[in-house]
Amino acid sequence: MAQIHEYDAVIVGAGGAGLRAALEAGRRVKTAVVSKLYPTRSHTGAAQGGMCAALANVEEDSWEWHAFDTVKGSDFLADQDAVDIMCKEAVDSVLELERMGLPFNRTPEGRIDQRRFGGHTSNHGEAPVKRACYAADRTGHMILQTLFQQCTKFGVEFYNEFFVLDLLMADGVCSGIVAYELATGRLHIFHCKSVLFATGGYGKMFKITSNAHTLTGDGPGVVYRAGLPLEDMEFYQFHPTGLYRLGILLSEAARGEGGILRNGEGERFMERYAPTIKDLAPRDMVSRAEFFEIKEGRGAGPDKDCILLDLTEVDPEVIEKKLPDITEFARTYLDVDPVKEGVPIVPTAHYAMGGIPTNVQAEVLADHTGAVVQGFYAAGECACVSVHGANRLGTNSLLDIVVFGRRGGIAMAEYASTHPLPPLPEGAEKASEKWIAALCDGGSEESTASIRATLQDEMMDKASVVRTEDSLSSVLSTITELRKRYEVCRVKDRSKIFNTELVEHIELGFLLDMAEALVVAARARTESRGGHYREDHQMREDDHWLKHSFITRTAAGDTKLHHKDVTMGRYEPVERKY
Amino acid sequence: MNVDLNLLRYNPEFDSRPHFESYRVQADPMERLLDCLHKVKWELDSSLALRFSCAHGVCGSDAMVVNGVNVLACKVLIKDLKQPITVEPIRGLSVLKDFIVDMEPFFAGYKAVKPWLIVDESEHEPARERIQSQEERDRFEDTTKCILCAACTTACPIFWSDEEYVGPAAIVNAHRFIFDSRDTGGDERLEILSQRDGAYKCRTAFNCTEACPRGIKVTKAIQEVKRVALYRSF
Ligand SMILES: Cc1cc2nc3c(=O)[nH]c(=O)nc-3n(C[C@H](O)[C@H](O)[C@H](O)COP(=O)(O)OP(=O)(O)OC[C@H]3O[C@@H](n4cnc5c(N)ncnc54)[C@H](O)[C@@H]3O)c2cc1C
Ligand code: SF4
Ligand code: FES
Repeated sequence: MAQIHEYDAVIVGAGGAGLRAALEAGRRVKTAVVSKLYPTRSHTGAAQGGMCAALANVEEDSWEWHAFDTVKGSDFLADQDAVDIMCKEAVDSVLELERMGLPFNRTPEGRIDQRRFGGHTSNHGEAPVKRACYAADRTGHMILQTLFQQCTKFGVEFYNEFFVLDLLMADGVCSGIVAYELATGRLHIFHCKSVLFATGGYGKMFKITSNAHTLTGDGPGVVYRAGLPLEDMEFYQFHPTGLYRLGILLSEAARGEGGILRNGEGERFMERYAPTIKDLAPRDMVSRAEFFEIKEGRGAGPDKDCILLDLTEVDPEVIEKKLPDITEFARTYLDVDPVKEGVPIVPTAHYAMGGIPTNVQAEVLADHTGAVVQGFYAAGECACVSVHGANRLGTNSLLDIVVFGRRGGIAMAEYASTHPLPPLPEGAEKASEKWIAALCDGGSEESTASIRATLQDEMMDKASVVRTEDSLSSVLSTITELRKRYEVCRVKDRSKIFNTELVEHIELGFLLDMAEALVVAARARTESRGGHYREDHQMREDDHWLKHSFITRTAAGDTKLHHKDVTMGRYEPVERKY
Repeated sequence: MNVDLNLLRYNPEFDSRPHFESYRVQADPMERLLDCLHKVKWELDSSLALRFSCAHGVCGSDAMVVNGVNVLACKVLIKDLKQPITVEPIRGLSVLKDFIVDMEPFFAGYKAVKPWLIVDESEHEPARERIQSQEERDRFEDTTKCILCAACTTACPIFWSDEEYVGPAAIVNAHRFIFDSRDTGGDERLEILSQRDGAYKCRTAFNCTEACPRGIKVTKAIQEVKRVALYRSF
């Protein structure tokens, strides 16, 4: 029997988005935060470079310029109403974090300091602008700590190391969630009026990634299994500077502070690809440029399979003061000193533009017509509003999680205070109970780890920076095979206390779902846009493809694709040049 | 190369007490200890329990005692470890399974020092940001880096013997606010730290500073807190 808890609002996930939502919901209604990790372990803490807002503390700036850059960076797939809201609210969001105590770096006047970041420009693309507010290269850490401090202050209720397995619905209305308690192996039902998912990304489907081991797409996975749609799954961002082999991120701030990318011949190749802003071009373009440099034999290193991030011309004091962590990563993990030599890097799987579709109130969409699921909300990287379209600009995600986390928290609380508690479906935990029992019943030769490793290799090879019809078809049949292996695979550890093998196995199931959705949507989109690049369809096709894709899984297990128009605004699509 | 590991295993469902088990895996010298523990878990014994997430020393999940000293498993490389590598759970917190310990007392110590910005609520919030010079900001830079991994606190001999002591990590987090020019909660916080279980318990063993994976000068921070507490003398 599962233990039942009753709340008004339940937030799943305790990263930046979840905690920001909790501060709002918690002050209005009875709220719980349910998270598989202790809050401060969330991957928001790994974010480095900054959070953008047109504060104009250092250089002239305006939120409209920020909006323009965001739309252009998105390759015109972002919904412009949502972008306007985000860029307008950015200013207050940053100031509010400062007032909560976030220790931003400061200007000589004692205001929040700002620096350059890829794709952020003044006056509609004229020149790079200083817009990223930052705290050394630990901005995400400071955001996560500050929000956690505030939650501690206000006594937010946490259920830590509770793994959410299922969403409960009663007649199309959300009525709670089912969670598995890691410490005991017991199931818990959280019966409530509104639920917000803030479960982060799913980079672990790729071999080389900046994402944590725990970023496995559980939230979108639960949604997909419930027969609800996911939006724009084909758009996955590869960051151009991941540590060679490891994928650990070296922030774009390294280039913002003057770092340069060089190929094996020592050439600053970005001059050829983006003559105006060069190394500070958006990530999709830089990652692709790196891919082709390596493919065409101009890679660096003994195997010519990487690029060098050259910081040797940056003032060593700037490196130590403004980029201390990433300098340490290079020293610790590659034994390379950025002050003295180029750091070997490769594109690394970084950020999911797609996810659970929502409107600007963070309400989850039930379908491509814009109908909403009553009582269900999503925010942060697991959601797709969409403010990032086909390619997210650096520093816009920390902004997204704070702006839409806040909006979601307010909206879910308002909903909860004006609606009755929906009934709990009959035997709410039964499906989860059966599922876990089956996973622990009998034996098999298969192992979670080997299925996962194959998935990661194949996705990296065939569905990453550059894709073709053939590569995607091939990886799709691999996924189908892996699914079969997954079905028969059993968990060997049968203990109740911290059965982390069971957890990893469940996470792998979600990863397979995410991979399937990504590949099916990518194969259907016969154009190139932002992070989705098809070598067999290299042009952007606005006539056909200026639209969001919505993928659902049918009861029979097939996938179905629908489309939704992009909300346009001030900016008409033009060719994206930098 | 071969890597030999001695892991202190304990599953309360089956074991009456903790015991060492040996494992051998193949690894590159540049790999992390965490990678080797994963090899054990993914190739040899899937029941091995440990916490991990970021795998590059920023989330604070995987503090453990490795060859006798507190480290993050994802921040030490095999090449720097003497073999066989002995791995034990951090000390002073009860072991729930293998390397997973009960973190609740640790977070209770954190919470006790009011780790949030305290401002005079009667004053008007500024419309924009509070002004703070970069020098004022730098004053508490070191202690903002804490990732709450508990490596310091569980390396502290006073913490092992006295479960009431808030521990180094809590004092580090108090320091982060006490020396923040924007914070006005100095008195309340220092009063808490001046009590029996506060900063004066520290006997400057320096274990904490050596253990900190973020390079925070923990002992120095504790000394600074003691000093201001003394000046205010309650
Ligand atoms: C290395 C790195 C650097 C970055 N740098 C920047 C930057 O400089 N600027 C920027 O704007 N963006 C940056 N990003 C992107 C940004 O950090 C993330 O997109 C953002 O932090 C995501 O926040 P989130 O709150 O949505 O999710 P997360 O912080 O990932 O939190 C997810 C939460 O969900 C919980 N959860 C997940 N699954 C379950 C489940 N099944 N049950 C219960 N709980 C669950 C987890 O416990 C966790 O608390 C960076 C990303 C990376 C990886
Ligand atoms: S002070 Fe250092 S060792 Fe202690 S909890 Fe913080 S990061 Fe860990
Ligand atoms: S796994 Fe995050 S600190 Fe080691």
